[in-house]
Amino acid sequence: MALTKEIVKERLVSQFGEQLTEWEEPYGLLTFRAAADMNLKVMQFLYDDEGLAFRFLTDLTAVHFPDRKGEELSVVYHLHSLTNNVRVRMKIYVPIEKPDVFTATQLFSGANWMERETYDFYGINFIGHPNLIRILNVDEMDYFPMRKEYELEDPTRIDKDDEMFGR
Amino acid sequence: MSDIQPQQQHHIKLAEESLQKQSTTLNLGPTHPATHGVFQNILEIDGEIVLETTPTIGYIHRAFEKIAERRPYYQITTLTDRLNYCSSPINNMGWHLTVEKLLGIKTPKRVDYLRVLIMELARIADHLVCNSVIAVDTGALTTFTYVFQWREHIYEIFEEVCGSRLTTNIGRVGGFERNFSEAAFTKIRNFIEGFPKVMKEFEALLNRNRIFMERCIGAGPISAERALNYGFTGPNLRAAGVDYDVRVAEPYCSYEDFEFKIPIGTTGDVYDRFMVRNGEIWESFSIVKQALEKVEQIEREFPEQKDVFYAPEADHFHLPAKEEVYTKMEALIYHFKIIMGEINAPAGEVYQAVEGGNGELGFYLISDGGRTPYRLHFRRPCFIYYQAYPEIVKNGLLSDAVVALSSLNVIAGELDA
Repeated sequence: MALTKEIVKERLVSQFGEQLTEWEEPYGLLTFRAAADMNLKVMQFLYDDEGLAFRFLTDLTAVHFPDRKGEELSVVYHLHSLTNNVRVRMKIYVPIEKPDVFTATQLFSGANWMERETYDFYGINFIGHPNLIRILNVDEMDYFPMRKEYELEDPTRIDKDDEMFGR
Repeated sequence: MSDIQPQQQHHIKLAEESLQKQSTTLNLGPTHPATHGVFQNILEIDGEIVLETTPTIGYIHRAFEKIAERRPYYQITTLTDRLNYCSSPINNMGWHLTVEKLLGIKTPKRVDYLRVLIMELARIADHLVCNSVIAVDTGALTTFTYVFQWREHIYEIFEEVCGSRLTTNIGRVGGFERNFSEAAFTKIRNFIEGFPKVMKEFEALLNRNRIFMERCIGAGPISAERALNYGFTGPNLRAAGVDYDVRVAEPYCSYEDFEFKIPIGTTGDVYDRFMVRNGEIWESFSIVKQALEKVEQIEREFPEQKDVFYAPEADHFHLPAKEEVYTKMEALIYHFKIIMGEINAPAGEVYQAVEGGNGELGFYLISDGGRTPYRLHFRRPCFIYYQAYPEIVKNGLLSDAVVALSSLNVIAGELDA
């Protein structure tokens, strides 16, 4: 029997129960929220289970919601079960003052750079990451540029000397 | 003789351990040895054997994800151009498909087929660059110049359709900006006629070429298991023996209507990656032919559809024709609204993947109902698989490391976003 989203949900609920919340299916992709310290346990379960076999980490990124007090940063995982061709999306939320998340590098080697990129832009502290340093930005940067408080420069500003750039 | 000391360095300050160690540190880059883009690798080599590699990336990081948070949806297409610039049309259309998914737009079949046609031409162009450059890196320049003429033909087709060549900005949300001209179809037919001969000759020069085979076979291999663990997709994953292709797994743009095979390799080395890409060029070529036939069939059976080049529901995102803008009030208003980016998109969360030249190109879009995305993340296949490079080249020869880099087809634009 082919694996469906309903079966995945059923298996996860029977394993983790109340720890997984906010079940949704936006545009057909099964989405749920896990408790912040549960991310590895859920991924390990999805990985190990022969019937589910979510063994491909498609994407890992973060989103900043400044208005959600106490859970400003969200880390989003896209997992793919290639043998069954089913995707799931898992979200966890952490406070911006203490953005600690367990690393997925033990499970997926590919998570290494994805987590470095997420750290680089959002400052998520991946606990246990072998080499959590900036990857795309310069090493000296002392802020996390994708956070919403850093707005893009106003394109109409005139107080800047742009002679060098011919503007 | 006992007083021989390591020579004192007065101007260059070397770390103490660098005077003691047996291996050599070699800086490869910031320009790529065969200038595919800006990559730096600091190699630790023992003679010609690579012991350790430390890649540095981010030299051309342009903050696309941040910029996208202030741009209206149609202006983000130009950002996607500059990801994998060897096959920009695939990126453009992947982005359009993402927005269409968010808006719930279903495109007409003719648009789908035309898109498939353009995307497969782009895939051929992308693979031609990669494969001919592998040959250049092994010392054979002839094939490169030979197939580049045909990449040029593909770019002329793009130019006829959208007006530009490399960073194409082709199509719009909902379809194309204008219908294909007769000249475009003629160019496509000429391409279909002339390309197989060239491709056959390209293969005849390299596929069973003993020098080429000995350079490539066994260089930079990766097992299927490791490739999956590293998140490989596209030709590099298929060369390792996993038949995952987004076009088949989650068909978009009516790919389910086409007949094609997925070539796979076994060992995941440079030669397999080369052969898989060659195989894919032939499959893409067959899809191009099928797409053209399907478009012609539609035009024969439903002549009124000859002018269908975008989805009618996408009106709010599709610029009206210029003559209408100058003569009709409504068209002028729409033109202004679209150009100023005053169209709101519904709130939602979308993940859309397309099979890019290098693998699964994903767009993760969160909209809060405004004019611009709340968050847009590009899943860039290059970025994800390039981190396996140190493992791939470990304990190989230095010259293999160079060929392995070109066979992975790492495009700096996609790598650094």
